[in-house]
Amino acid sequence: MNLFFDGIAWILDPTNWTGPGSIPERIGQHLVISAVVLVIASIIALPVGGAVGHTGRGKDLSVMVSGGLRALPTLGVLTLFALWLGIGLQAPIIALVILAIPPLLAGAYAGLESVDRRTIDAARAMGMREGQIVGRVELPLGMPIVVGGIRSATLQIIATATLAAYVADFGLGRFIFAGLKTRDYAEMLGGSILVIILALVVDGCFAITQRLVVPAGVRAAMATDLRSRPTRPRAAVGRPITEGNPE
Amino acid sequence: MIEFRRVTKQFPDGTVAVEDVDIVMPPHKTTVLVGSSGSGKTTLLRMINRMVDPTGGQVLIDGMDVATQDPVQLRRGIGYVMQNSGLLPHRKVIDNVATVPLLRGVGKREAYAHALELLDTVGLDRSLADRYPSQLSGGQQQRVGVARGLAVDPNILLMDEPFGAVDPIVRAELQQELLRLQGELGKTVVFVTHDIDEAFLLGDQVVIMQQGGKISQAASPAEILAHPADDFVADFVGADRGKRALHVTEVDGRNVVVDADGRPAGVLTS
Ligand SMILES: Nc1ncnc2c1ncn2[C@@H]1O[C@H](COP(=O)(O)OP(=O)(O)O)[C@@H](O)[C@H]1O
Ligand SMILES: [Mg+2]
Repeated sequence: MNLFFDGIAWILDPTNWTGPGSIPERIGQHLVISAVVLVIASIIALPVGGAVGHTGRGKDLSVMVSGGLRALPTLGVLTLFALWLGIGLQAPIIALVILAIPPLLAGAYAGLESVDRRTIDAARAMGMREGQIVGRVELPLGMPIVVGGIRSATLQIIATATLAAYVADFGLGRFIFAGLKTRDYAEMLGGSILVIILALVVDGCFAITQRLVVPAGVRAAMATDLRSRPTRPRAAVGRPITEGNPE
Repeated sequence: MIEFRRVTKQFPDGTVAVEDVDIVMPPHKTTVLVGSSGSGKTTLLRMINRMVDPTGGQVLIDGMDVATQDPVQLRRGIGYVMQNSGLLPHRKVIDNVATVPLLRGVGKREAYAHALELLDTVGLDRSLADRYPSQLSGGQQQRVGVARGLAVDPNILLMDEPFGAVDPIVRAELQQELLRLQGELGKTVVFVTHDIDEAFLLGDQVVIMQQGGKISQAASPAEILAHPADDFVADFVGADRGKRALHVTEVDGRNVVVDADGRPAGVLTS
């Protein structure tokens, strides 16, 4: 417990808040690398997951690939890429992108797949093009789940971005590795606590976002649900309609 | 006019949903497809707007094979109303009704003004325009579905068991509304139901389908009752029993029509 207070004291120490390698600078770096990783991983994973969710094709393959990626130990991947690419940010960015892809893929895929097939069928029968179905029906309705995937990916990125400091002078991980080296446990613990706080704050923001993206009409339906609907969600009843000619 | 020429649909899993169907659906009339569940009614209906493509034969609209037309454009010109209303849950009533005109490039102002008029047409209060579908009753949702189907003023209106999920009283009300609307608008309506009473009430032409997607008989309700094509049809329409097997008895000098159970159905006036 003493150690914990030492950590807090280290965080509150004003000398740690100024100069090169200060807490604000490290937090900024940590957020930057997390954001860069999130953007790269999203550009790769969200369209793929969306396509799988929309067409229902390639589901097995993407589950297999995500499973494979999940099984990779991030520290091992990082070391491997660092040996190949050398010291710097490339290796941690690649390792973190690999870490972030599975939850993003799963969220995008599950989000689009969660939309009631009959709603999609009706949209198609009205004359929406496939892109319009994705953009105007599947994405808005599946958005809470898609954001859920982004949320869990972000949480993992922020927690794991500490490893960037393993091969680069970057991020909150610096405090942990530096503290470990010099046996300054207060610094080490202080750095860890900062990572936890940062992760919680960002996660809280996503939790709020996730609520905000629930379409008003769906929220209204949830309110009616409490009064009059059967307990099973509508998507879970009835034979899904699968005929049709998605082009 | 919609014409089916030797149309067959076999799904990839081998199910033959529609087999060798020849039928003409005359313009400005209501054709009702009726049959038990799984008899291929929905499949037949969805071949008109290319939600399903036939594996054999042709579907023609005004002499043009639908297979030669872009499915998206085709669908935007055909109204479609389905059982669960198929409304987009995240869009307000008015947005749902205006969806297809907006897709077709109609101006916003015009599309919304017209959508409000359509709410009048289907007997909905304009105050419902800003509600979400989940905030409406089942009957109201179906009316919105009909308004949406009419939004582009299509020549053809496809309706797949549109009143199947509402209670009998509301259903009767909606059926009367549809008759009124059809009297005013004169669309080419293709209506699917498994309820023979609904078919006889709404249909100018009634198409009786049996398992395997074959047509047993296509004729006006009166013709079907007078000359059922076979035992299946006779049995399906119940021509020889219950409230359809009427006979006349004389009561105090007047001819009273009585059904098979002896319940009076009315009086012969001529
Ligand atoms: N996409 C599909 N794949 C395989 N079989 C189907 C498909 N859609 C419908 N069917 C089958 O085709 C037959 C006719 O279905 P349908 O047209 O929906 O009948 P109805 O509307 O009269 O109940 C049924 O046996 C049904 O199971
Ligand atoms: Mg059906």
